[in-house]
Amino acid sequence: MAEAVLRVFRGDNTSGSSQDFTVPLVPGMVVLDALHHIQGHHAPDLAVRWNCKAGKCGSCSAEVNGRPKLTCKTRMDALPTDQPITVNPLKSFPVIKDLVTDVSWNYQVNKKIPAFQAKANTDWKMYQKDIDRVQEFRKCIECFLCQDVCHVLRDHDKKQEFAGPRFFVRVAGLEMHPLDAVSRTALLKNEMGIGYCNITKCCTEVCPEDIHITDNAIIPLKERVVDDFYDPILGIVRKIKKMVSSD
Amino acid sequence: MTDRFEVHEHDVLIIGAGGAGLRAAIEALAQGASVGVVCKSLLGKAHTVMAEGGIAAAMANVDTADDWRTHFRDTMNGGKFLNNWRMAHLHAQEAPERVRELEQWGALFDRTADGQILQRAFGGHSFKRLCHVGDRTGLEMIRTLQDRGVSLGFNVYMECAITRLLKDGDRVCGAFGYWREHGRFVIFKAKSVVIATGGIGKAWPITSNSWEYTGDGMSLAYNAGAELLDMEFVQFHPTGMVWPPGVQGLLVTEAVRGEGGILRNKLGERFMEKYDPKRMELSTRDVVARSIYTEVREGRGTEHGGAFLDISHKPAEYVKRKLPSMYHQFKELADVDITAGPMEVGPTCHYMMGGIRVEAETGAATLPGLYAAGEAAAGLHGANRLGGNSLSDLLVFGRRAGLAAAQFAKQNANITLDQSQINAAEREMLEPFERTGDEGPYEIHRDLQETMQALVGIFRVESDLKDALAKLESLKARAERARVDGSRMFNPGWHLAKDLRSMLLISEAVARSALVRKESRGAHSRIDFPEYDAQWGKQNNLIKRDGEKMQLRQEPVKEMPDDLKQILAESK
Repeated sequence: MAEAVLRVFRGDNTSGSSQDFTVPLVPGMVVLDALHHIQGHHAPDLAVRWNCKAGKCGSCSAEVNGRPKLTCKTRMDALPTDQPITVNPLKSFPVIKDLVTDVSWNYQVNKKIPAFQAKANTDWKMYQKDIDRVQEFRKCIECFLCQDVCHVLRDHDKKQEFAGPRFFVRVAGLEMHPLDAVSRTALLKNEMGIGYCNITKCCTEVCPEDIHITDNAIIPLKERVVDDFYDPILGIVRKIKKMVSSD
Repeated sequence: MTDRFEVHEHDVLIIGAGGAGLRAAIEALAQGASVGVVCKSLLGKAHTVMAEGGIAAAMANVDTADDWRTHFRDTMNGGKFLNNWRMAHLHAQEAPERVRELEQWGALFDRTADGQILQRAFGGHSFKRLCHVGDRTGLEMIRTLQDRGVSLGFNVYMECAITRLLKDGDRVCGAFGYWREHGRFVIFKAKSVVIATGGIGKAWPITSNSWEYTGDGMSLAYNAGAELLDMEFVQFHPTGMVWPPGVQGLLVTEAVRGEGGILRNKLGERFMEKYDPKRMELSTRDVVARSIYTEVREGRGTEHGGAFLDISHKPAEYVKRKLPSMYHQFKELADVDITAGPMEVGPTCHYMMGGIRVEAETGAATLPGLYAAGEAAAGLHGANRLGGNSLSDLLVFGRRAGLAAAQFAKQNANITLDQSQINAAEREMLEPFERTGDEGPYEIHRDLQETMQALVGIFRVESDLKDALAKLESLKARAERARVDGSRMFNPGWHLAKDLRSMLLISEAVARSALVRKESRGAHSRIDFPEYDAQWGKQNNLIKRDGEKMQLRQEPVKEMPDDLKQILAESK
């Protein structure tokens, strides 16, 4: 039977090293299957996060051969097996154990974002063409691969000043909701640090849901910030519009 | 006395953060209660995200003739009249309001041409009834509820697993658990507890369920002395992936059939014509699953032991827009383009109709202070659940359980923790590390799955079920000796040793109930008793702990009031 070697990080936030495991290959096998095989046969305490194994929950993120991936959607037959396949935890977050990282910072950032608030007296009519672009943002499964790959977080560790692509996607979904009444541009500019993003599009490249994070979420939000804070006339127009529509 | 442990106090403790748990939390918060939500995974990852097709609610946006009466009748028909009719009644009446509420909290459903929530057809529903977002409705729902809960300020204890309920006399007063991150124990002191932990799919190897589905809540309730109801009814979804082996069991949404997908055997025959000529592919799940299984058993299955499901007669763009997840799932995991050719599908263990016995109005279990909602609770779906009725179940009864739990907490504030229960719970968790047996929990789990698949599957027979019960006894004995390696830090093996106890217990409840129900009804098909039995049609199975023994008894289904009988008697 064909086999592959997985070189998996084992350790915690103080120390660790990679360990090799040989796994038998079966048709259609994904990296997460290989990790489960290791748990079931070699290392029962290997820490791995996963839930749906169907690419819908975004739990099983890791760096496979150096690329941020959902391990449940990364097929073994798409990887070269003549050398060990490396599987490491997400680099942008502190390791808890093995492949499990502490992603709690993301949940703290999320709490800062004001929730959806409907315009007054709405009749809840919405048309598909008006929500298509928002539905794209709502496909996000919070795998945090975009957070992992974003150099502002990965290389510069600006977690205090910068919210990361995931939360620009969330804000875009709220700001572009046809019935939302809240403005979040001050939050984007000040607390979420959208100015740090220099649109290298790394986040878009790794998104397993194919959300056009940079083009469809971040750039339009940057434009809104510019309109509100650096173009006084457009800023006033937008404010009046919001006031009128929420009457 | 509890100095050794971290203690958190809340009015209401909710175990499980899927749709039911989150909806319960939102309602309890609205009542002014202090609420804690505990979940085994990260927030937003619960299995509700996997729900694809939609939320059933008689909003009549597409088919204007629809109303709650028809939804009630469809649900009772689908459940073969074993349902708790009061739950089916409340569910049908309240589902539309619960969907509108989601929209008011920011959910964005697909729209009709005139700007309303779009609804699609689904098996067993007389009208186009499922409110949906492509094929990712569950994600939309869980994210909406999660955001709502966060904005209301609930406390979420993520990656924390509950192992025992704690009691003060008869009533439930909290729970004992551990943090997965570092393995330290934690106590929750709570005036009421809502169980919303989902089902037991992981006792079968071919399942659409995630690792969390290990019967935890049912086992917690049973061990605390609550009753379980109708445990024989396990739903096998007709369409899971069958090839390649790595993805076997992965769900293929019923929305494929809702959007016009056709089932064929390897001879090209549209075999549903034989089994349900009227409803065809949109028959109920029990019927479609048995039909596919029968085709395969009689030699008309596909190369990998399934049936063909084909939607490629629809325009490619339409398929990609309405079923985007399915398109990507098959493309990326099976090298199949569903806009160009058929999928291969077969039954996969999907849903537990049975569960904790609850009161319809409140979700109250048979112990004071304990509530349950969603898949962990039983009653609404009877012998077979209709697609789309699960998400609406979570919303309607999650809300009701949260409301009742908050009210109970207000009226019954005095509770005292009992040190001896805490000590026993701690002992139970630490003991596996001290064992010296030669096998770990993974081997036993594999054998449990094999047993359930072979002996307690879609078709059942007395000899198999007896065999299964004997095997479960020996698996239990092995589980008591199973060794756990490594430290307490984020240790999946240790966790599985705990989950295995729940799975073995609930599997036994399933097999015992299946053995005594000597008839075929809904999802329970007995080869030796292939017909309905009039007597069994009027009674539920109830399971309760009696010391170390599992006690099983029957109770008559409550008489339905005349106005509801009238609705059932009306033809469509």
